[in-house]
Amino acid sequence: MLELHTVHKYFGGLHAVDGISFSVPQGAIKAVIGPNGAGKTTLFNLIAGVLGPTTGRITFKGRQIQGLKPHRIAALGMSRTFQNIKLCHGMTALENVMLGRHIRSRAGFLAGMLNLPFTWQEEKAIRRRAMELLELLEIAEFADSEATSLAFGQQRAVEMARALATEPELLLLDEPAAGLNIYETAEVARLITRIRDMGITVLLVEHDMSLVMDISDEIVVLSFGAKIAEDRPEAIQKNQEVIRIYLGEAEETA
Amino acid sequence: MNQARRYLPLAGVLAVVIGAQILASATGKAFYLTQLTMAAYYCLLIIGLCVLMGYAGQISIGHAGFFAIGGYLSSALTSHDFSAHAGTLFMRTLDRAGLLLHHQSLYGESLLSFQPWLAFAIAVAVAILIAFLLGIPVLKLKGHYLAMATLGFGIIIYRIVLAAEFFGEADGISEVPPFILLPGLSVSGDFAARVQNYYIAWGLLLAGMLLLLNLINSRTGRALRAIHGSEEAAEAIGVNTARAKLYTFVLSAAFAAVAGSFLAHFNGGIGPSEASVMKSVRYVAIVAVGGMANLWGAMAMGILLNFMSLRGMFGSYDDAVFGAILILIMLFAPQGILSLFPGKVFGTRTRAGK
Repeated sequence: MLELHTVHKYFGGLHAVDGISFSVPQGAIKAVIGPNGAGKTTLFNLIAGVLGPTTGRITFKGRQIQGLKPHRIAALGMSRTFQNIKLCHGMTALENVMLGRHIRSRAGFLAGMLNLPFTWQEEKAIRRRAMELLELLEIAEFADSEATSLAFGQQRAVEMARALATEPELLLLDEPAAGLNIYETAEVARLITRIRDMGITVLLVEHDMSLVMDISDEIVVLSFGAKIAEDRPEAIQKNQEVIRIYLGEAEETA
Repeated sequence: MNQARRYLPLAGVLAVVIGAQILASATGKAFYLTQLTMAAYYCLLIIGLCVLMGYAGQISIGHAGFFAIGGYLSSALTSHDFSAHAGTLFMRTLDRAGLLLHHQSLYGESLLSFQPWLAFAIAVAVAILIAFLLGIPVLKLKGHYLAMATLGFGIIIYRIVLAAEFFGEADGISEVPPFILLPGLSVSGDFAARVQNYYIAWGLLLAGMLLLLNLINSRTGRALRAIHGSEEAAEAIGVNTARAKLYTFVLSAAFAAVAGSFLAHFNGGIGPSEASVMKSVRYVAIVAVGGMANLWGAMAMGILLNFMSLRGMFGSYDDAVFGAILILIMLFAPQGILSLFPGKVFGTRTRAGK
């Protein structure tokens, strides 16, 4: 589904992403972990098109996507959430999710201005689908609340519903458990497995080990921009290099 | 659907518009209609700017420039004598198509000008083209930088109309002929046609409102508000933010040019003050007073403040008043003056609900 081939990214002298290659097979939940500053979010931004790689290739469904703008990549069937939730303020939860239907609908400037009849049907369908997603994520009761005024966990769910509304084949989740307590994290874990069961491939960047170990099919470990391991969760837990990095990091910061 | 809810206020405004005309005519105060007509044209620009600023979240301190492009091109093309170019293939073709106007000057010379419809179409098309060419680079800028760039554009247009002989330099252009929309229906300052012109202006404004209300309640409108809410999220969700911003900019420029063209015909002329930066600042101030993302607020304030200004209520401090309004509104009511009143008479924040 998604393949990275020796992707490099430099920020001036900083080698933020150092020749990373891996692939995300269809239908899997794959996680990228690593200590702070390992380059996880940069990697994510490279995949989603917010940044372009310095060198290297990224293919999605067999198509090269490096250098494409985020909205073009979204239209190809890749959707994402953000580490620091980015909901549109001034819009309700429902409107935020309806926004996710943007690439699946077509009424343009003129059709909108003239309020052409086909747009009515389209709007109806958009609203219905958005409502279904809110129900699926069990937040339908907040449909008409201002999205940015909801509790943190609910905002996460709205953002996820918005990403799902685009009907992605690949969903990128940037630290979906950040800022959540253990109950909410367990809830998110359940949600992610459900999304995978809907046939959507998931790639997540995460800090929270319990979440990653519980739900991932495969894990990529990054350190200082380079990939140091890629394996199944059980094997990663036993990997000496990974343990050294994580424990070593913990000792230094303690 | 909430379509009826969307159009009901328009019907209400139409009733008020008709009521005001009847009242003004009946009480012998028909002269008010002149300022209400002009205010409606300025308001057409303001509602377009409101969508750009309040919904798409992009500022422009150069919209008087687009207004001037519309007004000046319409004026120049319909009132200058182009008989010196009558022999060119271009002018002959236009003439054969009936798009040129043969008339006589006060001294009996025969003059050749463009038909107002053609001039209007050219004026608006030029404004749209310039908005496109300007928008592509400057809309990459954000916040203060975008403000500065559009301000620069406004200054350029102002200096051009002041300096170009074609645009009458400091005198502007006068004796602009009436714009005959349909036989018996023309935009002109003729006193006998005052009522007619009042309805033309308000008809145009309400039609503009209708289009923009539809727009902000559509899929595109949602995308625009998303750009305002979080540009990064909008982009990630598949909104082509650069294009959406550009189209909105062009749309608002077109509204400004239409307003400029009609007002020039109504006033029978246009002067460089219409292109001045203070005019652009005034429009921004009015959109802010109206509450930014509030088309009804922008329209209400656009009519009220322009009417007061045109009636001379602010005296020589006209521009200062608008500067002061801008400062006060930013300090005390950044959500617009109407937000200060509970109950939200004009509460038209668009909702997805029901």
